[in-house]
Amino acid sequence: MENEYAVRVEHAVVRFNMASERIDNLKEYFVKLLRRELMFKEFFALKDVSFEVKKGEAWGIIGTNGSGKSTLLKLICGILKPYKGTVTINGTIAPLIELGAGFDGDLTARENIFLNGAVLGYDKKFMEQHFDEIVDFAELWDFLDMPIKNYSSGMAARLGFAIATIVRPDILICDEVLSVGDYAFQKKCERRMAEMRESGTTLLYVSHSIESVKEICDHALWLDKGIVKKYGDVDTVAEAYIEKLKQKEKK
Amino acid sequence: MDKFMRRLAVFQHYRPLLSQLVVKDIKLKYRRSFLGYLWSILNPLMIMGIMVLVFSSMFRFDIQNYPVYLIIGQTIFNFVSEATNQAMWSITGNAALMKKTYVPKYIFTLSRVTSSFVNMIFALGAMLLVFIICRIHFSLNMLFIPVILIQVYIFSMGLGLFLAAGTVFFRDIQYIYSAFLTAWMYVTPIFYPISQLPENLQRCIKHFNPLYAYITQFRTIVLESMCPDMRLVVYGFVVAFLMMGFGTLVFMKSQDRFILYI
Repeated sequence: MENEYAVRVEHAVVRFNMASERIDNLKEYFVKLLRRELMFKEFFALKDVSFEVKKGEAWGIIGTNGSGKSTLLKLICGILKPYKGTVTINGTIAPLIELGAGFDGDLTARENIFLNGAVLGYDKKFMEQHFDEIVDFAELWDFLDMPIKNYSSGMAARLGFAIATIVRPDILICDEVLSVGDYAFQKKCERRMAEMRESGTTLLYVSHSIESVKEICDHALWLDKGIVKKYGDVDTVAEAYIEKLKQKEKK
Repeated sequence: MDKFMRRLAVFQHYRPLLSQLVVKDIKLKYRRSFLGYLWSILNPLMIMGIMVLVFSSMFRFDIQNYPVYLIIGQTIFNFVSEATNQAMWSITGNAALMKKTYVPKYIFTLSRVTSSFVNMIFALGAMLLVFIICRIHFSLNMLFIPVILIQVYIFSMGLGLFLAAGTVFFRDIQYIYSAFLTAWMYVTPIFYPISQLPENLQRCIKHFNPLYAYITQFRTIVLESMCPDMRLVVYGFVVAFLMMGFGTLVFMKSQDRFILYI
């Protein structure tokens, strides 16, 4: 059990097309084709990334903007496919990349709970059973029949978090989603995440705040321009990262 | 085989999503209208009324039970047109969701075509009304109607998958397709009898326009109370499955690259 991995990434490469202008219609495509201007400027968001997360570990992913952190999370969620290499997942995933990504603004909160549950693959009966629990956690009883488009981003995020974490997933993926809620709600979310961790959930966490990574995670992975700089124990990696940032500042 | 079973399991897992999306589409379509779902019936009736006026007083076609003839063609064509147009935007329109969480992408296309299909089922209410008013003889042959609808559904699904994938890479497919639809409408005998056309065009339509096969099956059942020509039924199914296979192939081959273009 202890040796079992939850996420294994082997030599993953993610390629984007970074052509100066993206061609998304036939007319331009043929014009460029005739003029022989059809370029494919490739850009590697991740270059040969390999690491393995064992079950029950909590990994923080750190790095500057554009270093490929979100790309890595999307790769693990299955939203992106690797151009080369493999990604193997062992268990169920709850992606919290953007809370309430499946909400439809015209539907009421009540209807959106069922829709969002379905996006995560839960059926109607299951959602009915957990309906009260979700609304309790989000503290939104008063606004249930209001269209989501009238919600503030914090309220929508609360609802999104409540739905996404209704079942304890094997792997929880967080991309700085909690920054929108108010302080009390952030604490509440952190508590729920801690509960999940205790019962064995693996966590992958992206944040710019080194403090919160240190607090929540036991391992860390430092990405720089798509390359893994360092990975392993959270304190060592965080130290090296901060050291690097300081060096840069001096320059 | 193993891969197929896995795909099936994934589909099972996301079936609640499919039904939620269909319900959402239908709910939102009529949410802020006074007459609500009644519009699904009223709208085709109104359009049919106008077309009957236009074509029975301005151009005279020698067709018995013209309103029935017209509404059958109109309903089938409208479904194909609506379903494919909706399907075309099913991927690009759900870009926000697809960038944030993993959902099998075909679910969105499937849901759009299916909600258009449900709309058509409502529109059958309008058709029924016309049948009653025109004193159509109801026969057991009508039990065959669902078989026709299944053919059209499969065909539209295939075309929809192809268009959805194509639109991700080339957004101007919409203009080409809308011109194509107009042409398609005129080469489908919706409001005129096919015998009006020159011989070679007739042959062309019979061979290459599957909508002709679907509409004709329907009309044979209702207007002649006969079982449709089995050759037409087989042709209809073969074309539907070919289209489905083609659409699925194009969609599956390109779906991993969608994320880079939406």
